[in-house]
Amino acid sequence: MELADILGGACPVRQAGPGDDVDGVMPRVVATPGSTEQTAALLRTCHQHRLAVTTRGRGTRLSWGRPPRRLDVVLETTAMDRLVEHAHGDLIATAQAGLPLADLQAVLAEAGQQLLVDDLVGGGTVGGLVATNACGPRRLVPGAPRDLLIGVTMVRADGTVAKAGGKVVKNVAGYDLGKLLCGSYGTLGVVTEATFRLHPLPEATSWVEADVPMAELAGRVAAVRHSQLVPSALEVDAAPADGDGTAADRARVAVMLAGTAGGVRARTESVRGLLGAGAQQTDPRWPFRLPGDDRTAPRTSQEPADRPVLLRMTAALSAVPELVRHATAASVAVRGSAGVGVLHGRLRGSTDPADVADRVQRLRRWCTAHGGSLVVLDAAPHLKQAVDSWGPVGGLPLMRRVKHEFDPAGVLSPGRFVGGI
Amino acid sequence: MTTQAGHPSDPERQASVLRGADPAAEVQAQREPAGAPASRGTVAQVREDLRGLLPEEAVLTDPARLATYECDGLAAYRVTPGLVVLASRPEHVAATVRACARHRVPFVARGSGTGLSGGALPHADGVLVVTSQLRTLHEVSGEDQRAVVDPGVINLQVSQAATPLGYYFAPDPSSQQICSIGGNVAENSGGAHCLKYGFTTNHVLSLDVVTPDGEQVTLGTRAPDAPGYDLIGAFVGSEGTLGVATRATVRLVRLPEDVRTVLAGFDDTDQAGAATSAIIASGIVPAAIEIMDALAIEAAEAAVQCGYPEGAGAVLLVEVDGPTDEVAHELAEVERICREHAAIELRVATEAADRAAIWKGRKSAFAAVGRISPDYIVQDGVVPRTALGQVLRRMSEISAEQGVRVANVFHAGDGNLHPLVLFDGGTEGETERAENVSGMILDLCIEQGGSITGEHGVGSDKARYMPRMFTDEDLDTMQLVRCAFDPDGIANPGKIYPTPRLCGERPGRHQGAHPLQETGVAEIF
Ligand SMILES: Cc1cc2nc3c(=O)[nH]c(=O)nc-3n(C[C@H](O)[C@H](O)[C@H](O)COP(=O)(O)OP(=O)(O)OC[C@H]3O[C@@H](n4cnc5c(N)ncnc54)[C@H](O)[C@@H]3O)c2cc1C
Repeated sequence: MELADILGGACPVRQAGPGDDVDGVMPRVVATPGSTEQTAALLRTCHQHRLAVTTRGRGTRLSWGRPPRRLDVVLETTAMDRLVEHAHGDLIATAQAGLPLADLQAVLAEAGQQLLVDDLVGGGTVGGLVATNACGPRRLVPGAPRDLLIGVTMVRADGTVAKAGGKVVKNVAGYDLGKLLCGSYGTLGVVTEATFRLHPLPEATSWVEADVPMAELAGRVAAVRHSQLVPSALEVDAAPADGDGTAADRARVAVMLAGTAGGVRARTESVRGLLGAGAQQTDPRWPFRLPGDDRTAPRTSQEPADRPVLLRMTAALSAVPELVRHATAASVAVRGSAGVGVLHGRLRGSTDPADVADRVQRLRRWCTAHGGSLVVLDAAPHLKQAVDSWGPVGGLPLMRRVKHEFDPAGVLSPGRFVGGI
Repeated sequence: MTTQAGHPSDPERQASVLRGADPAAEVQAQREPAGAPASRGTVAQVREDLRGLLPEEAVLTDPARLATYECDGLAAYRVTPGLVVLASRPEHVAATVRACARHRVPFVARGSGTGLSGGALPHADGVLVVTSQLRTLHEVSGEDQRAVVDPGVINLQVSQAATPLGYYFAPDPSSQQICSIGGNVAENSGGAHCLKYGFTTNHVLSLDVVTPDGEQVTLGTRAPDAPGYDLIGAFVGSEGTLGVATRATVRLVRLPEDVRTVLAGFDDTDQAGAATSAIIASGIVPAAIEIMDALAIEAAEAAVQCGYPEGAGAVLLVEVDGPTDEVAHELAEVERICREHAAIELRVATEAADRAAIWKGRKSAFAAVGRISPDYIVQDGVVPRTALGQVLRRMSEISAEQGVRVANVFHAGDGNLHPLVLFDGGTEGETERAENVSGMILDLCIEQGGSITGEHGVGSDKARYMPRMFTDEDLDTMQLVRCAFDPDGIANPGKIYPTPRLCGERPGRHQGAHPLQETGVAEIF
């Protein structure tokens, strides 16, 4: 029997074709369940046959992490694209995993609300947001998706459907499985529905931007951080000086303010004062893009042709300005939140695998020594082979045990995550 | 407090068959009557193992001293621990847990013992690991906006140390003068201000943990987004069932420029609730919104003379904080909305002392209720905020029908109710009636899509309600995490989950054998 026939009883299934690969690995079929029940039926059958499954939303970050060791079935969530509930009086919303984030935000905005996350890649889905825990500048106040997720419905590798959390913002009954799923790259289960805490859309927002000499970056950033102006974002951006191994000599700093019209106006002036001469009120796009990404339209699918080496670097807050200097000296363009301590980086210059691996390793040592970490989110396949994507992972043996409990047969995206999980 | 007496059932004591290579012992374990499989060692063995590893004075065996640890903040449950270890170094915790693991003796972590769900209730045949002497503040940094602290450090001490730098630790349980950071981590504690600033889980960057096999592991880094699974997310709120936290790196938050507190009196809780909804709908996220009903006001008034508005059937307490310009605007909005909802009196406090006066009544509420009733049960259910009015009405109907008085104090902003069910344990039948009403209130919360606990935890007290909120599959999935950390079920057994399953066991309808079975290491009998 053909695989499509075996799985076809569970949900719509088609043969895999061009563009269905996961980071270069071709599946045999693509299945598109339309509900949690169909997802469960599909996974149950896959599990019986020990078929390896990778979950895909709209594929905008599918190449992040490692390529799967094994792949039979791509489970696509796009047919689960309903907004299940928007309780605006309670400031919560439940959405199916395949709902595009942009669509969700559009509906919420009509009620004057938002899910306070930024999709730096663009075009992503709710499920992908959970799976990668990826976010952007406005995480400064509310935190990452893991902090906004209050309930989750998941299907385990063997088809068991489980929920955790709920639809109230305050809830300590049982383990918080939602947090465990956030950033798990689909290796623990398939998220089919997620419930989030929402925030009101502010009456007014503004950005203040300044171009500052590297030597002054630390002081300016610290002044904003230690102010009581409650910025909604504090971003930095710097590009290496043309690959000659010297650090950038200037950096851009941008500060976002949100609140009431009068309050924002006053605080905007205060921030201009803190950022020094030349600080201007602007409407920058760059904080909402990954470094080196200056496209204007949102990306809808993977573009494997030009895959930059994309890094996520973290460090203790006081070390961030130094990280900017250090990274640019290693020919890495950096951009990210100096208020949170998480920067994205894009490696420039030589694409020789050994050289890339060496630069990644050196920069990682620096991040680790300064209380943080460095993860290679994405890179071309031949480079991924040469680099360690994750670096040291505290608690890795425990993570392996968690994986083994949730997916003892190792069928969910094997190899995509830390330590070969 | 509840009057459930004695020792909660302890089914997972039987759940020890898969580990250990001695098939004879396992067979014997199966033949043992429920309660004490032979494969469990004794606290005496643990005590022997600890000789020389820990200072003598750190290990308590004197029955009188052991008895002082028989309960936490929920005094209705009491069990004298088999052994108490007062750890003053992380290594003490690790050595103790390792010894427990070797003999498969249960251990229970304890911080300050203020928990309200019997989470730190000891085991008669187990070891109580007390972390309250691990109390060094290793680092408090404004530059890095973080503090690195031992688990026994008191919540308020962190904020006190950070305040001169302009920062504070945001989670502020009402017990913050005595509860420990370790307890906050284990319970995912919140406070009145978590509406705006989040719970403990939103503020922990890194944790040193002794896992139930005695390993010392560091989870997370001192910056967010550490690689790998978010095990901190799983550990925070796990009530001591995944191991013992021995150090925490927590985020510090900048002190707000301005804080204002509004006190509004209303005719009834309906109006106070409607005002709350209107405030939230206006787009304001206050730092705190609290409501007290007539009975709670009466109690507080009698206890601390807080001088709340005369004749009010409910008071609403709203705090707004942030940049001065924003606060001024939000304050005006809050005042306007309260007036629109027929507030009978409105007070605004700016100075710290005036704000403290307003908070005094609210903060004294639990203790105050203790003065108007011999006994009471504190519940901690949560409902969607928009269901508050309906739930409160139904609660007063239940109270009237059952003839049991219920005082209400609650975190209205996030729908977290603290109904205080009043009774006199000395009067025949009252205890049962009060417990019955408590259960009905929790059912009401679940019906509304809420939770049985918003901040006090499940512990020993509410484990039996978990199946009302979650399916077997949900609970089973949570158990997978438990099994990954603690396959022998020795970390705080009997808490949270009513009937934990055997680790490695796949429930009947699932296929495939456990790897230990597959490789012939163990059989399920
Ligand atoms: C008057 C009063 C008011 C309260 N108000 C609030 C409130 O507003 N908000 C709120 O959230 N709670 C409140 N509580 C409950 C309680 O104070 C919190 O749950 C607190 O976090 C418990 O801290 P503790 O140190 O006393 O922990 P304990 O009671 O000692 O232990 C609580 C749980 O944590 C575990 N534990 C303790 N230390 C560790 C450790 N180092 N590692 C692993 N597990 C550990 C224990 O095993 C137990 O399960 C209140 C309690 C009282 C008595």
